[in-house]
Amino acid sequence: MENTIENLEAKFQAKLDAEIKIEPKDWMPDKYRKTLVRQISQHAHSEIVGMLPEGNWITRAPSLRRKIGLLAKVQDEGGHGLYLYSAAETLGTSRDQMFEDLNSGKAKYSSIFNYPTLTWADIGAVGWLVDGAAIMNQVMLTRASYGPYARAMVRICKEESFHQRQGYEITMALAQGSPEQKEMAQDALNRWWWPSLMMFGPSDAESTHSAQSMAWKIKRKSNDELRQSFVDATVPQAEFLGLTLPDKDLKWNEERGHYDYGAIDWDEFWQVVKGGGPCNKDRLKVRNKAYNEGAWVREAAMAHAEKRAERKKNN
Amino acid sequence: MENKEVLFDYVLRIADNALILGHRVSELCGHGPSLETDIGLTNIALDLVGHARVLLQYAADVEGKGRTDDDLAFLRDIREFKNVLLVEQPNGNFANTIARQFLFDTFNYHFFAALTNSKDENLVAIAKKSIKEVTYHYRYSAEWVIRLGDGTEESHEKMQSALNEIWDYAGEMFVADEVDKQMLAEGIGVDLNAIKALWEERVTAILKEATLDKPEDGWIQKGGKQGKHTEQMGFVLAEIQWMQRAYPGMEW
Repeated sequence: MENTIENLEAKFQAKLDAEIKIEPKDWMPDKYRKTLVRQISQHAHSEIVGMLPEGNWITRAPSLRRKIGLLAKVQDEGGHGLYLYSAAETLGTSRDQMFEDLNSGKAKYSSIFNYPTLTWADIGAVGWLVDGAAIMNQVMLTRASYGPYARAMVRICKEESFHQRQGYEITMALAQGSPEQKEMAQDALNRWWWPSLMMFGPSDAESTHSAQSMAWKIKRKSNDELRQSFVDATVPQAEFLGLTLPDKDLKWNEERGHYDYGAIDWDEFWQVVKGGGPCNKDRLKVRNKAYNEGAWVREAAMAHAEKRAERKKNN
Repeated sequence: MENKEVLFDYVLRIADNALILGHRVSELCGHGPSLETDIGLTNIALDLVGHARVLLQYAADVEGKGRTDDDLAFLRDIREFKNVLLVEQPNGNFANTIARQFLFDTFNYHFFAALTNSKDENLVAIAKKSIKEVTYHYRYSAEWVIRLGDGTEESHEKMQSALNEIWDYAGEMFVADEVDKQMLAEGIGVDLNAIKALWEERVTAILKEATLDKPEDGWIQKGGKQGKHTEQMGFVLAEIQWMQRAYPGMEW
């Protein structure tokens, strides 16, 4: 068979149909490649920007055990960033390019990290809710059609579910603690609940990339389906803790076999996506500062590696 | 001082070095010059806080007054902290961070290696358990000294001035006071003179490979082991201890 565009497209589609992973050297439509670069790099950026609100509490963690747990978690996030940047690089982009797009504001990252971690209870809420929401999405992505992305996700999911348990356990310690601690946990839940629901993105009717991503089997479930699974999983967890989810419309719907929940404030969602969240400017400022001030270190490492290679050649 | 008190003080010194340096390094988490260094340094911070925890647990046992590792970390005031001044110095730029780390790691590696021969079984167990991580730190920071020293003109200059700036704080690690002497005499502690020779040899070799000059020995800034710290330390403790001070007596 000749390698005409039609044939290549047919071969690509046949692989998708047969659930065979697309690999870096396989032919793929340009738009598929671009969609993946956008999505994987966005995901990688979320991991490293996500290090900031959690890193914010490492130096103030209330016990040595919690400090160690949080350090390990934030280190894992960095590791996830590394696998994901590597997966994106297999599609022909470079880490420097991705960093520049992040730093200039061109590339996005998960909006949830534009909210501040104000108290220790926020570290519990972020682990429980934010990692919990992320897992819903990531478990689905272990079956994504692009091989390197799906494989990175398998590894990431194992660690994320550990993080979620850790977050839940932090919240549980507070919920079972003094009245002050319980109030701290409830306040964190009140602030993180709605932004966590927004993490799944616009509802299916409004989502621009969803339909195509589902056709390409990058995505396997719609935003609303994932959001519903998250609500269904989280309500009993909150009940167990004796905490109240801040939604008066939340109730079990016998007919649907799911929880109904109230209307999401999409104006807030778009404000934060477009740069107007409480921490957007700070997060980018910090990333830019680290990148710019680290330039001489990266240059030194390159220069040294070249010198070393040169010496080896001459010996 | 009674034996028990001396041992308590000795263990606190080792623990506090790990806790305070771990804290300093953890301040950098998410702010490193590259993702790899961010992960590497966070890992070092994690190891150090882990070492601090087991050492403080042991110190609390030795003290026998019912205090816990957390009580010792979060509820002692500045004069009761026994870390050397070197580890409380601020991070500065990446060269400053690496210079502090290299001088300490080189000491710590030889110190822990020697501690595996202590007559105190608990210290031997802790040292044996930690030596693999301490060895990794020792290699990691030396490699960065070489990269920066023998990298670009700019990195060479920054690495050299970082070493020059911090050098006065290195000497304290080797100044033996009564506690060190008594612990050595009992076969529990480490011979700091022997460590100093090994440290000198390694530092000299690495700086040579890095094309850096070894700074001249001048004043030795000391006092940390006796709880006399630099002004930096109060702020370090204010941050570490904030939660336990604001919400006393709670479980987290």
